[in-house]
Amino acid sequence: MKWDTCDPKTAYVLHLADDALILGQRLSAWCGHGPILEQDIALTNIALDLVGLARQYYGYAAELIGEGCTENDLAYFRDSRAFMNHLICEQPNGHWGDTLARQFYFDTFHFFQLEALAQSSDERLRHIAAKAIKETSYHAQYSAEWIIRLGDGTEESHAKIAQSLAHYAPFAHEFFVPAPVDQDAHKMGLGPDVSSLLPAWKEKVESILTLATLPAIDLGFAKKGGKDGVHSEHHGYILAEMQSLARAYPDATW
Amino acid sequence: MGETHSLEDRFQAFVEAENKVEPKHWMPDGYRKTLVRQISQHAHSEIVGMLPEANWITRAPSLRAKLILLAKVQDEAGHGLYLYSAAETLGTSRDQMIDDLHSGKAKYSSIFNYPTLTWADMGAIGWLVDGAAIANQVMLCRTSYGPYSRAMVRICKEESFHQRQGFEIMMHLAKGTPEQKAMAQDALNRWWWPSIMMFGPSDDQSPNSAQSMKWRIKRKSNDELRQEFIDKTVPQAEFIGLTMPDPDLRWNEETRHYDFGTINWTEFFDVIAGNGPCNAERLAARQKAHDEGAWVRDAATAYAAKQASRVASRPTQTHAA
Amino acid sequence: MSTATHQWPLWEVFVRSKNGLAHKHAGSLHAPDAEMALKNARDVYTRRSEGISIWVVPSAAITASSPDEKDVLFTPSDDKVYRHPTFYDIPDEVGHM
Repeated sequence: MKWDTCDPKTAYVLHLADDALILGQRLSAWCGHGPILEQDIALTNIALDLVGLARQYYGYAAELIGEGCTENDLAYFRDSRAFMNHLICEQPNGHWGDTLARQFYFDTFHFFQLEALAQSSDERLRHIAAKAIKETSYHAQYSAEWIIRLGDGTEESHAKIAQSLAHYAPFAHEFFVPAPVDQDAHKMGLGPDVSSLLPAWKEKVESILTLATLPAIDLGFAKKGGKDGVHSEHHGYILAEMQSLARAYPDATW
Repeated sequence: MGETHSLEDRFQAFVEAENKVEPKHWMPDGYRKTLVRQISQHAHSEIVGMLPEANWITRAPSLRAKLILLAKVQDEAGHGLYLYSAAETLGTSRDQMIDDLHSGKAKYSSIFNYPTLTWADMGAIGWLVDGAAIANQVMLCRTSYGPYSRAMVRICKEESFHQRQGFEIMMHLAKGTPEQKAMAQDALNRWWWPSIMMFGPSDDQSPNSAQSMKWRIKRKSNDELRQEFIDKTVPQAEFIGLTMPDPDLRWNEETRHYDFGTINWTEFFDVIAGNGPCNAERLAARQKAHDEGAWVRDAATAYAAKQASRVASRPTQTHAA
Repeated sequence: MSTATHQWPLWEVFVRSKNGLAHKHAGSLHAPDAEMALKNARDVYTRRSEGISIWVVPSAAITASSPDEKDVLFTPSDDKVYRHPTFYDIPDEVGHM
């Protein structure tokens, strides 16, 4: 396949795209099942933003690959080993607290990542990041608001969200452990040294946890591998579902 | 207007003069009850109606299609919200309405008790189900109850893209590979009859219809709306080369309308009674979302109470310090 | 599981659609507190970029005038016709005024 041997720059764009698509795909499964209409609508907005962002990155990657490659080829016809999203993005939705804990870690990281991408050596990435950072600031505020309400809500919600946050902490650790795809991008000035984003992330997360009357989290060991295409067992099922129709009729256009 | 006229008479004259009734106005009990029943049923239909389409969001065959479907189902949540709000102005809480939905006391449009089996069903729902809904909603923009009418105006504005996206899906399928065309025809075969049932029983079988028309809640009868919808939709099917699953369907030069076959009302009443393919699943999904959201709603309520008491006690603390 | 679930309060949403215009009532929603109400109002009532500024007000804080059921309801108050521009007969030749 033409994308198996893509260059480091394309690989990096795909990594960014995969994060947005896989998390957007997870969030989209909440649509129609939220705890109350208003929140259903809010979470769906975040899903829409992420899938929209994925399209921009895939569109760019497809141009870099050329040979008539399209955004849908990249989203629907790559296999799990070719996907480079962080493991946290593919974790199951669980309950509202699980989803919001996952979202809170990701949004906070995503915000600082986009801030760095706004300084990228690549003009297109700078352009995409400039737009996405506005949406992401809102996502980060929204997920932080929920961490605070669940943490400082009832005893039950406090216990639940504390557990969700602890569960996802090792996955969040992966953000800050450079993988080849990050290192290459950093060398080319495309993206940040991801380990350098940790202090700002930690400070922001801890300030919210304090407001939420929750204990500081221990990142623990890093659950990693996603950026190398070594995923959790959930990943195959996400693709099985997401890609089934497109792959069943590979010659069809929709 | 003479002094002897009853409030009911004067109310009737008021709506006949095309005035809008607002929440604080006097209104007959029957008017209020009819509206709560109708608006909440409409709201429930939007919310339950999210489920059959949400079923395909994660499998949408292109990123563009995924975004469009997600935005559309989200719109339906918004429409349910507008409608619940309109019903709340009549003094019934949203919680109460939702309880009535879950207990089976309140109804929703029975079309949503049919399963979505293929991607073409997304096209058929947008084109036919939303199309039928829009016919009804356009009429309701002129309904006599102000908050309902305003919600409808907003909904109609937003709905305009829904039917078009559905038709676009059908058009792409109908012009696609033979498998795609077969998928589109199959969806049309399954959704056509339930769609035209959406307008409700014939006028002579519809006991509340006449009173609703009199109060200017409704403006057109079920049969009128159904005929308009059929007249508009048949040429659209022809345009994309699909065949309506009704051998009796034909243009009548005399009436300038399409004649159509007999509707299977037994099926309609069966599905309303709870015996449709997905009644239990739809209600279970709604109930589950509501139950599993309880601790989340409680947490936010508890936090708001704590915040309010912290704000209330703040000046005292300042003095003490 | 909680038993005595209390419904989130209702908020009225007002949206300023563009610079220079007044905030206009857009609708209502349920939210636990003002901050969340504001966020939800953005998601619910400005999904199509309908606004640049939002107010949220607890519905319970609004005092509404009450139409007197016997007189006010059925006699729309347009007796002050002189307040309306069409009350004045200006010859067409004068042009737009």
